[in-house]
Amino acid sequence: MRVVVDFDLCESNAVCMAVAPEVFEVRDDDFLYVLDETPGEELRAKVEEAVRRCPKQAISIAD
Amino acid sequence: MDTIAVVGASLAGVHAARTLRADGFAGRLVVVDAQAHQPYDKPPLSKQVLRGEWSADRLTLHDAVDLDADWRLGVAAASFDLATRLLVLADGERLTADGLVVATGAAPRRLPGTEGVRGIHVVRTLDDALAIRAAVEGGARRAVVIGAGFIGGEVAASLCLDGLDVTLVEAMPVPLERAVGPVVGGLMADIHRDHGVDVRLGVGVDRIEDEGGAVRAVVLADGAVLPADLVVVGIGVFADTGWLEGSGVELDDGVVCDETLLAAPGVVAAGDVARWLSRRARGLARVEHWEHAIAGGQAAARRLLVGDGLAEVFDPVPWFWSDQFDRKLQLAGRGGAGHQFEIVHGSLEERRFVGMYGHDGLLTGVLGMNRPRHVMQLRTLVEQDTPYAEALVAGRAA
Repeated sequence: MRVVVDFDLCESNAVCMAVAPEVFEVRDDDFLYVLDETPGEELRAKVEEAVRRCPKQAISIAD
Repeated sequence: MDTIAVVGASLAGVHAARTLRADGFAGRLVVVDAQAHQPYDKPPLSKQVLRGEWSADRLTLHDAVDLDADWRLGVAAASFDLATRLLVLADGERLTADGLVVATGAAPRRLPGTEGVRGIHVVRTLDDALAIRAAVEGGARRAVVIGAGFIGGEVAASLCLDGLDVTLVEAMPVPLERAVGPVVGGLMADIHRDHGVDVRLGVGVDRIEDEGGAVRAVVLADGAVLPADLVVVGIGVFADTGWLEGSGVELDDGVVCDETLLAAPGVVAAGDVARWLSRRARGLARVEHWEHAIAGGQAAARRLLVGDGLAEVFDPVPWFWSDQFDRKLQLAGRGGAGHQFEIVHGSLEERRFVGMYGHDGLLTGVLGMNRPRHVMQLRTLVEQDTPYAEALVAGRAA
């Protein structure tokens, strides 16, 4: 699983960080950082939920 | 269950339908919506669509694509009967729905007596937003936005950024006070003023004047005459439940649901239309936030598929955001008038801060202006009903 963020769409609402903090982090500069671009399968459900809950539909999963 | 009908194909309905399939429902799934458009996302309507930055196809809800369902788009639900499970659509189609997901959302209030006057708009649907965009591109110069709630504030900001002269009118003395309290509400008014919006607070609208059927001016209760060629009304919404009158499903400012979003046997509701028993809100609550519609759609679908003994209580901490000019406001939980409010990071002057709301000694909400990380991290303290004093310490350390 590879996590792809469209940073042109991302506006740092940080919902992804709340859902999957192992993978996403919004820092004090207000930018999103992807901590792990290829997270393990055990995190798939969380990442999928982050994809769904992103207010900008800015996250996708490339298999 | 052979057939489940999802009525309303916006965020809550789409996520209910997707969850039904994901959780193994293999029967017939019918998705009904009065609008003919493919299901779309609404937050950009008052911002990117209004400003002409995004075309409509960018709003498509990804979760609605490839959904294994019988679509009835452009056809409203006309009626439902709980006893016979008969769902009748506006085109006369009759369906027997063993399961029903009510997700018809809410409809905007309009100013009485202004029907048929050109140039008066609301923002709820894609067509609404495109109509305002067309007015801007058609040369509208002077806009009056009635109602300084979140929609009104976003619309006023978008039109201001597009170069229109904008007046924002609010009947209450402070905008958004019920949602975020007087301090942050007052700050939002200041932000609009600093960008050149003419903000009129504590004054209602007396009447709209038209000329040849097109709006010419908005006249306020204090006698002020605001010339306008574009008026946008954002004075709230009401739950869209007309089609359920007489159905046997209990209605009271929405579809009345228990703690699990169940309204009646085999009937659940989600999103803006659901008024459910929330422990957190200490009573029946209706929440009109974007994320709430996703979570509610998912929970309602699961509720429909499980037995009563396995039903889960639905009670998330509400969360929303609002983008106005270059400020992003986010609130997790509840705040507003009557709550304590203390800033734990940043300051009002910087217009970049984190504040915490308290009530009865407990933390009720975390608000951030251009501070998304803190809101999300501190949201868990709201979930855990943290004592307010303890929450302030944790907030300052975050």
